[in-house]
Parts: sequence; structure tokens; C-alpha cells
Amino acid sequence: MTLLPLTDLQREIQRTARDFAQRDVAPLAAELDREAHFDHALVTRLAELGFLGMLIPEQWDGLGLDATSYLLALEEIAVADASAAVLMSVHNSLPTQMLLHYGSDEQRERFLKPMARGEMLGAFALSEPDAGSDAAGLRTQAVRDGDDWLLTGTKAWVSHGTHADVILCMARTDTTDARSGAKGISTFILTPDLPGFSVGKKEDKMGLRSSPTVQLNLDNCRVPADRLLGAEGHGFTYALASLDHGRLGIAAQAIGIARAALEAAAKYATERKQFNQPIASFQAIQFKLADMATQLTAARTLLHAAAAAKERGERITRFSSMAKLFATETAMWVTTEAVQIHGGYGYVTDYPVERHFRDAKVTEIYEGTSEIQRIVIARDLLAAVSRGDIDGHLTD
Amino acid sequence: MSETAALRPPLTHLSEEEELFRAAVYEFADTVVRPRVMDMEAAGKIDTAITAQCFDMGLMGIEIPEAFGGAGGSLFMTTLAVEAISQVDASAAIQVDVQNTLVNYPVYAYGTEAQRATWLPKLTGGTIGAYALSEPGSGSDAFALATRAERVDGGWSLTGSKAWITNGGEAEIFVVFANVAPEKGYKGITAFIVTRDTPGFTVGKKEDKLGIRASSTTSLHFEQCFVPDDQVLGEVGVGYRIAIDTLNGGRIGIGAQMIGIAQGALDASVAYLRERKQFGKPLAEFQGIQFQVAQAYTELEAARLLVYNTARLRDAGHDIVREGAMAKLYASQMCARVTSLCVELFGGYGYTKEYPVEKFYRDAKIGTIYEGTSNMQLQTIAKSVLLGK
Ligand SMILES: Cc1cc2nc3c(=O)[nH]c(=O)nc-3n(C[C@H](O)[C@H](O)[C@H](O)COP(=O)(O)OP(=O)(O)OC[C@H]3O[C@@H](n4cnc5c(N)ncnc54)[C@H](O)[C@@H]3O)c2cc1C
Ligand SMILES: Cc1cc2nc3c(=O)[nH]c(=O)nc-3n(C[C@H](O)[C@H](O)[C@H](O)COP(=O)(O)OP(=O)(O)OC[C@H]3O[C@@H](n4cnc5c(N)ncnc54)[C@H](O)[C@@H]3O)c2cc1C
Repeated sequence: MTLLPLTDLQREIQRTARDFAQRDVAPLAAELDREAHFDHALVTRLAELGFLGMLIPEQWDGLGLDATSYLLALEEIAVADASAAVLMSVHNSLPTQMLLHYGSDEQRERFLKPMARGEMLGAFALSEPDAGSDAAGLRTQAVRDGDDWLLTGTKAWVSHGTHADVILCMARTDTTDARSGAKGISTFILTPDLPGFSVGKKEDKMGLRSSPTVQLNLDNCRVPADRLLGAEGHGFTYALASLDHGRLGIAAQAIGIARAALEAAAKYATERKQFNQPIASFQAIQFKLADMATQLTAARTLLHAAAAAKERGERITRFSSMAKLFATETAMWVTTEAVQIHGGYGYVTDYPVERHFRDAKVTEIYEGTSEIQRIVIARDLLAAVSRGDIDGHLTD
Repeated sequence: MSETAALRPPLTHLSEEEELFRAAVYEFADTVVRPRVMDMEAAGKIDTAITAQCFDMGLMGIEIPEAFGGAGGSLFMTTLAVEAISQVDASAAIQVDVQNTLVNYPVYAYGTEAQRATWLPKLTGGTIGAYALSEPGSGSDAFALATRAERVDGGWSLTGSKAWITNGGEAEIFVVFANVAPEKGYKGITAFIVTRDTPGFTVGKKEDKLGIRASSTTSLHFEQCFVPDDQVLGEVGVGYRIAIDTLNGGRIGIGAQMIGIAQGALDASVAYLRERKQFGKPLAEFQGIQFQVAQAYTELEAARLLVYNTARLRDAGHDIVREGAMAKLYASQMCARVTSLCVELFGGYGYTKEYPVEKFYRDAKIGTIYEGTSNMQLQTIAKSVLLGK
């Protein structure tokens, strides 16, 4: 049963993803979380299914699928393991999209193709220790040195930065005496073999523990000129445009986490007895489950409506932020209630909802915090108002 | 000052004695507990030196008369102590809380003079206690407990299992609820004082938890465990009343733990928001941040008033069934919301163990579960409001 008007192909991809996620990903999730261990075999298995090149046209060795199919598959992976899902989301939505849209044919040949085949894992390095929400305030500096660029600075919070083969990195190409804000940022294609590149501190996190989050240290890192992506000074625009896409991915991840928690809670409620009856027979539990499912369905519907708009080629900045905001807040709420429905059993690691609860929280933080999503939505809305573009258009 | 104002000081206005006490406990938490929090969290154990100091400071017998080694204080003072320690570490706080509200209280309130003289000097003088009501199959429906006490010569023989027992790892003295006559239902429930070294009694596995990880939570197993008659607490068959009355006070302690956690998380957040800059100014200057923090402080203050008032009501001898449930319900829900916000306020840093808010957030979640889940508090309030019970 689904509210979404899915095609046969979309349904089949959803089923494939679900089978794979439940068979190969879910059984490992609890232990990988406990050990904070990155399972490299996961990359290989996702690659075999083509899940690391879902949105890339066949011409560049991808599956050439639509956003809906991709988001459905991503949700299934997130149901099994949120850490696996962030890998899939980052790789598919950020570095590969940037290469597809802004890379030269040579760059696509050299990097995008193996990435789409899943032979190279991609990462995205925008944030810095002092530039998170205010990403345009980043300070990593690129200076020209002959044919090369020399990059110096610290990138922070790079998801699977430990295992990435290709990192799309934002750095400043303006100079200290002529700062030009967001327009002074360019994108570079880094590989870990570059001299001056090293992986730094790994974060010890509350959740998403089997996804290593690391700093990258660039110390006069020598980057050949042909590694500049697109045009100099356009890097921030590229990054933001891919985040429109990325946010849909995080929304799908959040929905997957929430769905896992809802499924676990609903099942538990029918099994657990107190006062001689399944707790599912109490209205307080029923109404909670009803609210959880309603929110989740609303989040999913919003996400897929935004994805469809993207497929039609519309600008979806506002809707992608709305989908991310709503889905991630829903995930937080649903996982919290799922713990609650488990009572004491929800507070211990023997049951999966404890992990879902920890994992859900990060979705409200990365790829723009909830505050940043509200800023994006309000800005877009108010711009529409000042264009006089109001009548019935603010909500669609 | 009007006469009423003189007679009834504002709830949050502490007497000099209360304020000195609160300040001393906070000083202890801040200087002695704080530096060890992360180590205790990693080890899953409360530092024995901290427990020892709690005993030395009289924090393990706050309401017990001095004659039995206690401090002769009030439940309100217990509330202040639990709140102050929770601002730093909810695990260290729950050890103190359980000792005072769930162990010392029933032994003092329901014990005979001889039992008081036997057990209270131990409990105030260095021996940790625990309260064992829940079982794997009976949590919310606590009185469906299956641990059985059979009559034997000179006492009772206990058989069954308890679950989720706070302080189970360290406790030497346990208040255990078992049923002497299952056919009578809850009217067979009886409270026993059981020591750890009793043959047939074993402490089981320690739970691996989301939060309050330094506080031990264990199962207990009784296999024909002999408990002599003089270790029956209160009368045979009134254990359910002891359990309820004890938890009524206990919930105030949990409320105190929750306002402490929320205060600790907000203090850390406020300092951070003043420091951290984005878009060229401190985060504290954005209205979207300011109003969320303002809302959180307001909810915290409301919760504190509920908790303080309930403690003062109980100290004054009033029935607090409804108020206690409300205080615990609201304080724990407030704390979950506030700590979740605090993680958000720290951005990515809030998600790491380098800053204290992720721990406050994990610790907070227990408040809506133990000593009666939120639904059980709602049930108590609803019964009182709608059914006059
Ligand atoms: C597990 C994890 C993985 C990540 N992966 C990646 C990755 O692969 N690549 C990458 O580049 N980054 C990544 N990030 C970084 C992430 O995107 C940032 O953490 C996020 O953008 C927030 O930035 P910050 O942590 O610096 O928080 P801050 O920007 O310091 O925000 C702190 C608080 O202030 C609020 N705030 C900030 N500005 C405003 C404002 N103007 N108005 C109102 N409120 C405001 C925020 O909403 C937040 O509540 C990751 C982070 C985590 C935790
Ligand atoms: C860390 C920790 C420490 C603890 N310490 C102690 C201790 O020291 N001593 C002790 O005795 N116990 C202790 N407990 C046990 C605790 O009190 C129970 O976990 C709690 O009472 C809930 O019981 P349960 O876990 O069996 O959940 P259940 O009772 O199975 O509840 C599951 C869900 O069903 C809901 N529910 C149940 N009945 C109804 C109903 N009639 N109507 C509506 N909803 C309902 C609950 O609200 C909950 O959401 C501790 C628990 C934990 C996790």
C-alpha cells in the first residue's frame, strides 16, 4: 500500500533495495554501531547493485534513474542502517552530482565514471571548524603556484572522509586583500594521494557511529590545475545547488530511520503485555502510533512531491528545505516515541530503537540545521511576496 | 511586606540553611564530580570515591533523623541535592536519589524501631541500597509481579527475578517486593529487606543503556532465598501501599533530576552561544536562537515550580498523588525537549562527545520511563481528575 503513484520500475527498485537492505545491511547494523566500525564491504555491495550511481546517466556508467527511485532505495537502506544511508546519500547527491553538472568531460571520464560504478567513493568537504551554518565563511585557502593550486586549511565533519577516493572540496580562491565572500570560493577535486593531504581527527559521536566523520588537513596540498571544477569563484553556488539535492537525500534517510522505529514500536506494542493485554490495546498507545504514522506519511509525501518537481525541472530550493525540515523533525519525534513505547526496554541497546533515537538527531543538524532550513524557506517565501507572486503560489 | 508574604515565602526563595546546603552540594558536584564524569561514563561505573564523599557529606541520609546517622533534613533538601548533582551528572545524582527516596524512606517510614536501628545507620553510613519492584514481565503493571514469597519456618523463602534495579551493582541492602499469596492479587504483595550476601540471592547482568551509563541497572535473582521474619518491612500484605507511597515521593526526586539536567544543558548552551560566531556575530544575537532559549528557560522554571511545590507539600504532610505525577510528567517531558534543543544549538559539535550536551540528552530520556512512564503519570492524573480517585 502506498500513497505514491509509483511506476512498476520504481516499485521494483524499492523491492530490490528492501530485500538487499534487510538481508545484507540490517543484520550488521547493531554491531557496526557498537564497534563504531566502517564496513568497507558495504561499498562493494552497494556498487554491485548500481546504488552508487543511481542518478548518473548510463553514458557515464550510472543507472540513469529518477530521483524518486533513488529516494525510495535510500529510504530502504536507512531503515536498515542510517550510517549506510548517509554514505549512499552523500555519494549520490553531492560529489557525483557536482561532477555531472559542472565537471568537464575529462573529469567525468576520470572520476565520475568510476564513482558511478562504485569503484571510487566520493565525499563532500564544505564545512570547517569555524564555518558550519555560515559555510561561505570558510577559510581554506587556495593559491596559484605555476600550473597547480596549493590548498591550506582544515575541513571538518567530512562523512567517510577516511575512505573517500574523491573529495569535492570548497576553498577560497580570492586573495586576502580582495575578499569576495561567497564569490571567492571554488571547488577542487581532491584525491588522498595528493601531497599535503591527510586525514585528521575522527569525531566520537552520539550516533551514526559506523559512518566515520573526520577532519581533513590540507597543508600546502598540491592540486593540479585540471582538478578545478567548473569556473573559478562558482564553487559555493555549485555546493548550494547540490545541497538542494542532498537535502532530499537526508529527508529520505530521516524517513527511513523513523519508519524503522515505527515498525519496531508497532510490532513491540502488539507483543508486549501489561495489565493482561497487549499494550497496543490501550488508546494512549494506539493514538501515538496513529500520530507517528500520520506524520511519517506526510513527510514522505512532501519529499516525493518535491522529488517529482525536481524531475520536472523545477526549482525546488524551498521544497527541498521543507522536506528536510519536516522529515528530520518527524524522525526525532517518532524515534523518541518509539523508545517511549518500549518502556525500559527502549532505553537499552538490546532493542534497535535506542540506536534509531541516537541516529535520528544528526539529521536535524547536517546539510543545514533546522534553523538554516527555516531561513531558506522564509527567504524564498518573502522573495516571492516582494515579487508580488503571492496568490496561491506561496504553498505550491 | 504583607502578612501572607511573610508567612509564605516564594517557592524558589531558599532559607539560609537550604541555600547553604544547595551551594555546598553544587560545589561538590562542580569540583569533584565534574572532572570525572566522562571517565565514569566510559567505565559505566560511579567512582567509589564520589559515593564515599556523598556519605561523608550526609547526602545519603538527608531526611533521616540524626539519631540514625542522618542529616535530619527534608524532602525539599533531597530535591535540592538531586537537582544540583544532576546539573553535572545524572548518574551520580540517581545514586543519591534512590538511596534517599526509595530506600531510606520506606525503611524509616514503615520500619519498626528495631529495624530502623538496624538498617538506617548502615544506609546513612556507607552502605548502598536499592529498590526492587519491577520485573521483566511487570513494569507499568508493577503489581502483577511474579516473585513469590513462601512461608517457611522463621521467615520467608523468595523465588523469582527482578529487572532494571538501579544501584544493583553496588547495593548491599535491597527493598524487595514479593507476593506471599498470588491468589489475593496485589493484596499479597509484601516488602522485604534482603542483603546481598543472602544465600540464594544473586545479582545478574548489567544493562547496556542509552544514558545514565555510570549508574548500574541490573537484574536480581532469588532462588529459595531465605529472609527472616524481622526483615519483613511493614505488615505482610501491605507491600503495595509501601511501594506506591514510596514512589509518590520518588517521583519528586526524578523531577529534581530532570530540572537539574535541563539546567546543566542550558548553562552549557548559553556559554556556547555567547562564544560561537557564525555570519560574523555570536549565535546568541540571532532572534531564532534567542526565542528558543527563552522558551526553554520558561519551561524549566515552570517545571521547577511544580517540583519544588510538590516537595514542600509532601514535607508539610499533604497528599501529593496528583501533584507528584504532574511534576514528574512535566519535568521529564520538558527535559527531553530542552536537551534536544541544546544538542541542536551546538550544531555538529552537539553530536559529539567533546561537549556535554549529547550526554545530557541521552540521560534525559530516562525521565519519561522510570518510576512510572509518562502514560502511567497521565493515568494517575486522569483518575484523580476524572474519577475522583
Ligand atoms: C555526523 C556529521 C556528518 C557531517 N558530514 C558532513 C560532510 O560530509 N560534509 C560537510 O561539508 N559537512 C558535514 N557536516 C557538517 C554539518 O553540515 C554542520 O555541522 C552543520 O552545517 C552545522 O554547522 P556547525 O556544526 O558549525 O554549527 P553552527 O553553524 O555553529 O550552528 C550552531 C547553532 O546555531 C544555529 N545558527 C547558526 N546560524 C544561525 C542563524 N543565522 N540564525 C539562527 N540560528 C543559527 C544553528 O542552527 C545551530 O543550532 C557533518 C556534520 C555531522 C555532525
Ligand atoms: C535505567 C532504569 C532504571 C530503573 N530503575 C528501577 C529501580 O531501581 N527499581 C525498579 O523497581 N524499577 C526500575 N526501573 C524500571 C522502570 O520503572 C520500568 O521500566 C517502568 O516502570 C516501565 O516498565 P516497562 O519497562 O516494563 O514498560 P511497560 O510497562 O511494558 O510499558 C511499555 C509502554 O506501554 C505503556 N503502557 C503500559 N501500560 C499502559 C496502559 N495501561 N495505558 C497506556 N499505556 C500503557 C507504557 O507507558 C510504555 O510506553 C528502571 C528502569 C530503567 C530503564
